Amino acid sequence: MSESSGRALQPGRPSRQPAVHPENLSLDSSCFSSPPVNFLQELPSYRSIARRRTTVHSRDKQSGTLLKPTDSYSSQLEDRIAENLSSQSLRNYALNISEKRRLRDIQETQMKYLSEWDQWKRYSSKSWKRFLEKAREMTTHLELWREDIRSIEDIQCTVYPVSSSGLIYFYSYIIDLLSGTGFLEETSLFYGHYTIDGVKFQNFTYDLPLAYLLSTIASLALSLLWIVKRSVEGFKINLIRSEEHFQSYCNKIFAGWDFCITNRSMADLKHSSLRYELRADLEEERMRQKIAERTSEETIRIYSLRLFLNCIVLAVLGACFYAIYVATVFSQEHMKKEIDKMVFGENLFILYLPSIVITLANFITPMIFAKIIRYEDYSPGFEIRLTILRCVFMRLATICVLVFTLGSKITSCDDDTCDLCGYNQKLYPCWETQVGQEMYKLMIFDFIIILAVTLFVDFPRKLLVTYCSSCKLIQCWGQQEFAIPDNVLGIVYGQTICWIGAFFSPLLPAIATLKFIIIFYVKEWSLLYTCRPSPRPFRASNSNFFFLLVLLIGLCLAIIPLTISISRIPSSKACGPFTNFNTTWEVIPKTVSTFPSSLQSFIHGVTSEAFAVPFFMIICLIMFYFIALAGAHKRVVIQLREQLSLESRDKRYLIQKLTEAQRDMRN
Amino acid sequence: MGGSGSRLSKELLAEYQANPFKERICRVFSTSPAKDSLSFEDFLDLLSVFSDTATPDIKSHYAFRIFDFDDDGTLNREDLSRLVNCLTGEGEDTRLSASEMKQLIDNILEESDIDRDGTINLSEFQHVISRSPDFASSFKIVL
Repeated sequence: MSESSGRALQPGRPSRQPAVHPENLSLDSSCFSSPPVNFLQELPSYRSIARRRTTVHSRDKQSGTLLKPTDSYSSQLEDRIAENLSSQSLRNYALNISEKRRLRDIQETQMKYLSEWDQWKRYSSKSWKRFLEKAREMTTHLELWREDIRSIEDIQCTVYPVSSSGLIYFYSYIIDLLSGTGFLEETSLFYGHYTIDGVKFQNFTYDLPLAYLLSTIASLALSLLWIVKRSVEGFKINLIRSEEHFQSYCNKIFAGWDFCITNRSMADLKHSSLRYELRADLEEERMRQKIAERTSEETIRIYSLRLFLNCIVLAVLGACFYAIYVATVFSQEHMKKEIDKMVFGENLFILYLPSIVITLANFITPMIFAKIIRYEDYSPGFEIRLTILRCVFMRLATICVLVFTLGSKITSCDDDTCDLCGYNQKLYPCWETQVGQEMYKLMIFDFIIILAVTLFVDFPRKLLVTYCSSCKLIQCWGQQEFAIPDNVLGIVYGQTICWIGAFFSPLLPAIATLKFIIIFYVKEWSLLYTCRPSPRPFRASNSNFFFLLVLLIGLCLAIIPLTISISRIPSSKACGPFTNFNTTWEVIPKTVSTFPSSLQSFIHGVTSEAFAVPFFMIICLIMFYFIALAGAHKRVVIQLREQLSLESRDKRYLIQKLTEAQRDMRN
Repeated sequence: MGGSGSRLSKELLAEYQANPFKERICRVFSTSPAKDSLSFEDFLDLLSVFSDTATPDIKSHYAFRIFDFDDDGTLNREDLSRLVNCLTGEGEDTRLSASEMKQLIDNILEESDIDRDGTINLSEFQHVISRSPDFASSFKIVL
């Protein structure tokens, strides 16, 4: 922020480049009609620009622009270069190739007059820069899926002859694979496989319980750091602008055309999407003006209507949560029945009941929300964002409801069965594994649904549209549009499941990685071959921050059940690495107590209240300081902008007076 | 080299037929006196400016020259309205109405014209581009 405002305000820089013809000067062109004003070329600001056209300055990298010389003052060029040798790379000059070549020749002849030390310095800095560039190129090659993204960019920059017992084994195998029970339960996929014994090496023992807990915490902390880092980059861009609305007209006009487009039809599409976007923004602005002019009684009416509709939204959410709760309870109670007592489909249906209910709810509620929001009379941009926010909340809260239902079932007991172990050990001897199984089922079901929708809905739709183009109904329905918000929310949903399940099922992140890789290729294929581009454009830049924010919300929602289960619910006594501890968290205090006493007292001091409260207060003070600083900077920027416009008005006034004086003198 | 060989006239730039700025690009990068064709070196300049590795300063400098339809060193209302017409399409029915155009240009000038003189000069343009998140990704040509 400071560097760009500094650039605009450097002393000697013109606030305008004066044109040669005074008729083009400004809105006040009528004042300058008769005599050509030639003193403009004597203004200090104009001369510094003209001098800069033919000289080479040794500036820092960022402001190394040069105007293209309209007349080649080659002798002046060499004189100036002789004055100050530039160590800047030729790349930063805005000249064409023949002039850059001349400049390079001059620089090389200048090199001869340097001392040995300077020559070596130049040479080493050049080689270092070349090395850095090669390294950067190498890392971009490693970027995941670069080729695929390029190809999408190409289209548009800015993609048993068996016995019956064998049959039963096969069915049970499939059921086990899909629900994480049976043979999968014993593998390292789930919590129950890990034991409390450490792994013994020569000199020390690898403490497995501690490692298990700490690796989960470390992976979550890394995710948090990475998300915060990425969202801060996007946030900085939005923070600089002082406008309320996210979309900037200048961004749309000056950076609107995607120069990668070479296809005629893509170009037409881009034209129409730009038209649509501009018209929508202008419409939104007119609507905002209309809103500002609302009378007070209209405002009251609108707000009461919005309150009522929000209550309806809450009621819908409550109904969905209750449905999920009932489905989870039902599924948990009936899961224990024997396989051969039930039909294959019914057993699987009951196992997957929570996932099915969640998916149905996530499918129906966006449509309800889209209908409701039309009555709330918001501006179009805000409408879209509020709908997405509501859908996100719905998706993430459903997972939480599922987890809390499980938690309540695990810790609830009718009679005194809980007193022995602290949890319901009759129904849930190894409760962590069962929670892990639920997460595993959610993930597998999500994966199956995405594949099924892409293969069995999008693909036939495209076939129908291509081959049955005579049918009016199908033409109206049209091809699938690739809806970016829905797909991103799907990814956030999958990632939240992965985070919650990471503790209970350590291999779940690996499965999630595999799942995302497969989904990427499936979606890319679907995008390239079955979808048509949406006429409503979607700006990636300002939505990046929004989606990272949603991911952050998902991470925070995932941390809550984990903290509760690690620190409150007693760990299983029948399986897992924490059988000897009361709760999972206890392994850390026990490890700390094995440290040397000085380190112990240090750790106790750092985690005590006497340290935490002053630390918190200092952090608050530092935050308030930065907020005040930012406010002061904003005020200074506003003042400077006003001052700039006043200076420009003064200049125009003086020019006007001067031309009048000249005219009077001539008459 | 020297560019004495073949030259690309703007009709032959087949790949950029779809680009509404093809004539301006030709004018800006051409070093011939008639400014209607590109030599090989001009084409290299073009690709270097539009490549991934060009600095934002260079890109914004050349973008300013491309958008300056009357070559007077500033972007005035006429330049801006021609720019918007290039973006929305070539036909008569694709243009914005006069009132919409006026509203749009008023908004653009309000956002970018710091000294309130009704035109955008190079430093104001570079200032506004430095805050534009989409510029770097849209102002490039991928071969």
